[in-house]
Amino acid sequence: MKVNYSEIGLKIGLECHQQLATREKLFCGCKPELFKGEPEILFLRRLRPTQSELGQIDPAAYFEFQKGVRILYEANSETSCLVEMDEEPPHELNREALDIALTIALMMNAKPVDEIYVMRKIVIDGSNTTGFQRTCVVAVNGSITVDGKEIPIQHISLEEDAARKMGEEGLVIRYRIDRLGIPLVEVTTGPVISTPEEAERVALAIGRILRATRRVKRGIGTIRQDLNISIKDGALIEIKGVQELELISKVVEYEVQRQLNLLKIRDELRRRGLREEELKEDFVDVTPVFKGTGCRILQRAINEGKPILAVRLPKFNGLLGFELIPGLRLGSEMSDRAKFWGRVGGILHTDELKSYGVSDGEIVELRRYIGASPEDAVVLVADRIENAIDALKAVIERAREALKGVPEETRAANPDGTTRYMRPRPGAARMYPETDIPPIKITGDYLERLRANLPEHPEEKVKRLIRNYGINEKLARQLIDSEYDELFETIVRETGVTSTVVAATLTETFKALKREGVNVDALSEEQITEVFRLIGLGKTSKEAIPEIVRWLVAHEGAKPEDAVRELGLTMIPEDELEPLIDGYLSRNRGLIAERGLGALGALMGMVMKDLRGRVNPEVVNRILRKKLAEIVKH
Amino acid sequence: MNFHQVAGVLRGMSERLPGYKGLALKVLLDVGAEIGDLMRITKGSVVFEGILIPRSEYSDDRHIVIKNRSGYNVGIEITPETRVERIGAEMKPTFIPPPPPEQKPGLPRVTILSTGGTIASRVDYRTGAVRPVISASDLYSIVPELADIAVIDAEILFSVFSEDLTPKHWSAMAEAVARHIVGGAQGVVIAHGTDTMGYSAAALSFALQSLPVPVILVGAQKSEDRPSSDAAMNLIGAVLAASKAPFAEVAVAMHETPSDESVVLHRGTKVRKCHTSRRDAFKTINAKPLARVMNNEIIMLTDDYKPRNPERKITLKANFDERAALIKFYPGMNPKIIDWHVSEGYRGIVLEGTGLGHVRRECFPAIRRAIESGVIVGMTSQCIWGRVNMNVYSNGRDLLAMGVIPLGDMLAETALVKMMWCLAQSSDPEEVKRLLLTNVADEFSSRSVETIEAPKTIVSS
Repeated sequence: MKVNYSEIGLKIGLECHQQLATREKLFCGCKPELFKGEPEILFLRRLRPTQSELGQIDPAAYFEFQKGVRILYEANSETSCLVEMDEEPPHELNREALDIALTIALMMNAKPVDEIYVMRKIVIDGSNTTGFQRTCVVAVNGSITVDGKEIPIQHISLEEDAARKMGEEGLVIRYRIDRLGIPLVEVTTGPVISTPEEAERVALAIGRILRATRRVKRGIGTIRQDLNISIKDGALIEIKGVQELELISKVVEYEVQRQLNLLKIRDELRRRGLREEELKEDFVDVTPVFKGTGCRILQRAINEGKPILAVRLPKFNGLLGFELIPGLRLGSEMSDRAKFWGRVGGILHTDELKSYGVSDGEIVELRRYIGASPEDAVVLVADRIENAIDALKAVIERAREALKGVPEETRAANPDGTTRYMRPRPGAARMYPETDIPPIKITGDYLERLRANLPEHPEEKVKRLIRNYGINEKLARQLIDSEYDELFETIVRETGVTSTVVAATLTETFKALKREGVNVDALSEEQITEVFRLIGLGKTSKEAIPEIVRWLVAHEGAKPEDAVRELGLTMIPEDELEPLIDGYLSRNRGLIAERGLGALGALMGMVMKDLRGRVNPEVVNRILRKKLAEIVKH
Repeated sequence: MNFHQVAGVLRGMSERLPGYKGLALKVLLDVGAEIGDLMRITKGSVVFEGILIPRSEYSDDRHIVIKNRSGYNVGIEITPETRVERIGAEMKPTFIPPPPPEQKPGLPRVTILSTGGTIASRVDYRTGAVRPVISASDLYSIVPELADIAVIDAEILFSVFSEDLTPKHWSAMAEAVARHIVGGAQGVVIAHGTDTMGYSAAALSFALQSLPVPVILVGAQKSEDRPSSDAAMNLIGAVLAASKAPFAEVAVAMHETPSDESVVLHRGTKVRKCHTSRRDAFKTINAKPLARVMNNEIIMLTDDYKPRNPERKITLKANFDERAALIKFYPGMNPKIIDWHVSEGYRGIVLEGTGLGHVRRECFPAIRRAIESGVIVGMTSQCIWGRVNMNVYSNGRDLLAMGVIPLGDMLAETALVKMMWCLAQSSDPEEVKRLLLTNVADEFSSRSVETIEAPKTIVSS
């Protein structure tokens, strides 16, 4: 679908969350690491919704509580203590994390606040044992420049990461609290981004600045983007947890498509003359219709003694099956809601009943039984009666929203760029002060110290690398994104290998090896430097790098010298090389007779094919050229 | 200045702009700002907009705190280039309790007495301060489950942090409990700060004799305004015990483990706060807990209890003599500490000795002087677990010979409370000694048994 984004008024704001590489967690002395295997500690909790400072209770949270949802927390003693278990008040804010957050703030030209207040942001899905996330704004009003456009940075916050969801069994949700309390920096842009591609470029630029501090965590899950997306007549949708940069533009494209299609459905419903009052919570037990049905889902429910409850959605025929984005229909949005509010497995509806093995006769009978006209849709839920009622209420609610357009909600990103319903958007008033932590004053001296030690800004570094090392801009940027930029400078300084060779190896060669499945990240900086030192000393050649790296990765802890020896990649000295080349020349007299000097390329290819990595191609070329000229002359 | 501002001045500034003083106060007064007003503070290129928030009383006078649109509080320093404007009055947040649930007929009547502490308080969202708000309707609205258990009658006795409670408060509590029981309550719950809840529980155990119904003290380690608070579950457990438990004793109801699974009921004379912050901070020492509340059922953990009997007439002995002290012995302790108590007119001293009940020989003359001048000296152990036995070592035998009274396996804190209570019951030292050694409220156990483990049910859930 081709979309003119400025015409539809697309506005995107980003929230980048980056884990910091501190020695301890944000509010205690635990290791900021995850653990594998079985937990040593288990405890079970309930979170009770409390009134916000405006005296309101979050309806979704209250609903979950009433259902009796319990949370089983998993922990081990290395990565969690009583603070994460909410059995001990938080310790003071981790100053190392504050240093990093303020460093990032200064790099983004943001103005640090004079006094930092830690707040509690109510989150009672279980991801925080306390029922709130501790968070504080450290700086405001920053900006970064991306492709010449100024992107305002509204605020930079420091907050604790949440627990990891491990599973859900009935009314028990399992969370692991190892991740809880890992320091996160949150960078929030203004809603000024106007295309999907721009969103991705802004995220990349923010990521570069974060990584330039060298004090942020790397790897999957350590950086997460939330996107706030809105279009004209649509709604502000918050999409949580996009882990891969490359997914951002796709998520935006899909969200725009979803909203546009929901608006189409709205228009169609209006055209059909649907009025909100027509959507009624009249639920009918239609179990008798499906006695002896061929539909396995319904048959199983009947066997388990669960009723089949139905509701009529007037004038919705055909619209539930309408695809919003690949794999997501209005029916699936209703199903998500039904699962959330009713804890049912899902819903069935008349637009898709046939594909579930329901016969035409049964559909006709269903419509007759419930009094649905051909213009209407019918939604079915087969579950315990209370759950089924809650589920169908949620379906009716979603149908009402369809008539209005796009409902405001928080959605979660799927790995393919589509999204799913997560929860209603939380109200604005869900923050109150963390009374256990005193405010922290930010003094001028402290900021001066941080300013004096600011890391080089990535954009400046690109310019300096080009200027000082004569590499091109593409290589310079790749180096920075690869985070080998510092190592690059060390290697060039210490080994004397040409800067372009070093840069291309650290970026393109390594990338190609990674694609092959070679875990290049396992190499230490010393190992990499040593490989180049051997090249600089003429003990091996740059062509041998891929083979050496493969061998080193396969032989943990080995030295590059061992690789060169084991692989037989030691350079052949020139006096040994000459007789070898003589051999190639004598074996190919016919070729030389035929092509004369033109045989050079072919001969070069043969020599290099056999001796790659053990000879310097320039040396081979020189010797070949000289000897070939002699032969041709005679 | 309008009427309200004048009134504010007359009331004193702290009420209108709590926490602000000096420069910050002056700047805010100049623009006529009040807490909750919408402010704009401009500082160079940066503009902060938000609601004016009170400051902690110990903060400096150079910062103004506002809550910005997204809910974050930030402090802004007042410098010569800072411009402060009041741009409007924002909605003032107030606590609006949800409507109380429907009262069910035929349920037992339970009184909840509130004395203060974490359980009976909630945070003031504007100030972050904790304030008491427990009325019956507050309780129903915050913990609607209570309406399924009992008809609640609530009374706020006082709003005091538990470390500020004194023996006079114990007397007032005991009198209030007796009044409500005589008035027909089928159980009484006392919401109490946790720090000294063990002392109050012991005090009530002695003061309320021949109880017809249970008296349950309950606290919380996390305040009720937090989603993870233990307050609601402890309170539900306490009200359930007050209304249904088969025993008629004073007990403390708190979490049994870090999990929200069970509330355990500790006998008032055998309970101690053993952790600064955990939910399961309270432990029964040297005995089995009385009962456990789990899945809305009460499971008795001992057969040895005084049964509930609404016909029984309560006996109130609510007086305590504060001229008693608890002195913890430590290596090198100066014996003059004991002499000082004697010269100040103390009538009883409970020593918290080492091990089986010892103090250094240097203290012996002072202890002898105390006893000779009529002070009753009892011995407990700082080991917490176990009972004193002063026949094992010669130091112990010498102290016994001097007239020091070994107090068995009684908790040191309980022993102090009992000393105060005994001293108030009689002026005859021999009668006080007799009472001190009489098992009044199961403060002594004759056998030392292995304590039982908390249930490990979460694994199977």
